[in-house]
Amino acid sequence: MAVVDYNAPQSVQEAVALLSGSDIKTKVMAGGTDLIIQSKSQAVEPLRVVDLKHIAEMMSYSLDDGGLSLGPCMCCAEFTALHDVEMLYPGLVEAAYLIGSTQVQGRASIGGNLCNSSPAADTIPALIAIGAKCLIVGAGGERTVAVEDFVTGVGRNCMQPGELLQRILVARPAPGSRDAYLRFIPRTEMDIAVAGAGVSVTLDSQGVCTAARIAIGAVAQTALLVASAADALVGTKLDEASVAKAAAVASAAASPITDRRGTIEFRRHIVGVLVKRATLIAKERAQASL
Amino acid sequence: MAKLHITTSINGEATEFLCEPHETLLDVLRNDLQMTGTKEGCGSGDCGACSVTVDGRLTCACLVLGVEAAGREIGTIEGIGSSDKLSVIQEKFLEHAALQCGICTPGLVVSTQALLEQNPNPTEAEARYFLAGNLCRCTGYDKIIRAVLDAAATMRGAA
Repeated sequence: MAVVDYNAPQSVQEAVALLSGSDIKTKVMAGGTDLIIQSKSQAVEPLRVVDLKHIAEMMSYSLDDGGLSLGPCMCCAEFTALHDVEMLYPGLVEAAYLIGSTQVQGRASIGGNLCNSSPAADTIPALIAIGAKCLIVGAGGERTVAVEDFVTGVGRNCMQPGELLQRILVARPAPGSRDAYLRFIPRTEMDIAVAGAGVSVTLDSQGVCTAARIAIGAVAQTALLVASAADALVGTKLDEASVAKAAAVASAAASPITDRRGTIEFRRHIVGVLVKRATLIAKERAQASL
Repeated sequence: MAKLHITTSINGEATEFLCEPHETLLDVLRNDLQMTGTKEGCGSGDCGACSVTVDGRLTCACLVLGVEAAGREIGTIEGIGSSDKLSVIQEKFLEHAALQCGICTPGLVVSTQALLEQNPNPTEAEARYFLAGNLCRCTGYDKIIRAVLDAAATMRGAA
């Protein structure tokens, strides 16, 4: 793909009109950290780009009693500096902080990470763990899809031609409810997840877990919501045995591949370890929020 | 293909250029504006040799389209120090011999300036994490980190 036409619409309506107005292959651009590289690797096919960063609402966020409404194109460097968001969704912020380098975080966005739909994307398990939803808009109107249903395969998602991701929506966590995200890489920075785990837990005043969500990444074609693993936590005080059970169920739900980053056996094992550790971090945060 | 006329600001100076839609900001800086201080290493956002700032935010020029510079404030290595007076960061890189081949150095200087504007007193770990996107295949990083921390201390003392 070689970029032959660049458009910078000022409104969502204008962007939607541009998406369906051409015979040339048209792609939405957020930070461009994936798209620009892809466009250079296959420079034959002409590509029309619709840059969403001139649309104010794509770059902004709001946080109120209803929760977080995030403009999908806000860059990760800006997002990870939002202290009010970090207080309520520390796991999502830590996932955004793990994407690439400082330079990449200056461009890359959570919406872009989601729409690029890599199995190893760090923010996708973190978003699933907190029950995030995608507000999608197209010529036919709006629809809302849960993040766990948004990604449909490697590099594939449920968006139809002419649609774009307008907003990422997350309910406000109650006191006693917090999240965490962990990934494994063989070095300390600048790598792609070998496995990842996002966990959110809700505790009552007695410390009993009343709700939980566990999502695992880089161990299947898409990030997976593992409801049966979360079920192992509900009704417990997140003691060692119940957390170990959740980890074992999550490991069993994984269907990883062997590649140069890790083997099937290693990924299956390590994702359980990550679920266990992320659960304990989320537990500590949930206790502190009560 | 019709070239696009872009008006921008580079290192505080109003600048105009013509570019094609597929050209990156790195292509424009090096090939059209002859600002070759910004280096091309990988061309895929992994090495940091082309580090620049866009509206004050550190990024890789290879990950930005040239057309996106329109109306923005671009900062490059050419805006740091001058031929008769180096910046403190540049002086400390020389003093600590924090370079060998020099290809990564402009990017590291731009990134270090961004780091110290954001965090004037970084720990070694903070400096290493912030600069993890600037690869150097010569030095092993130790001298670079010493130079960065010394520059930070000097700039705090001077402030």
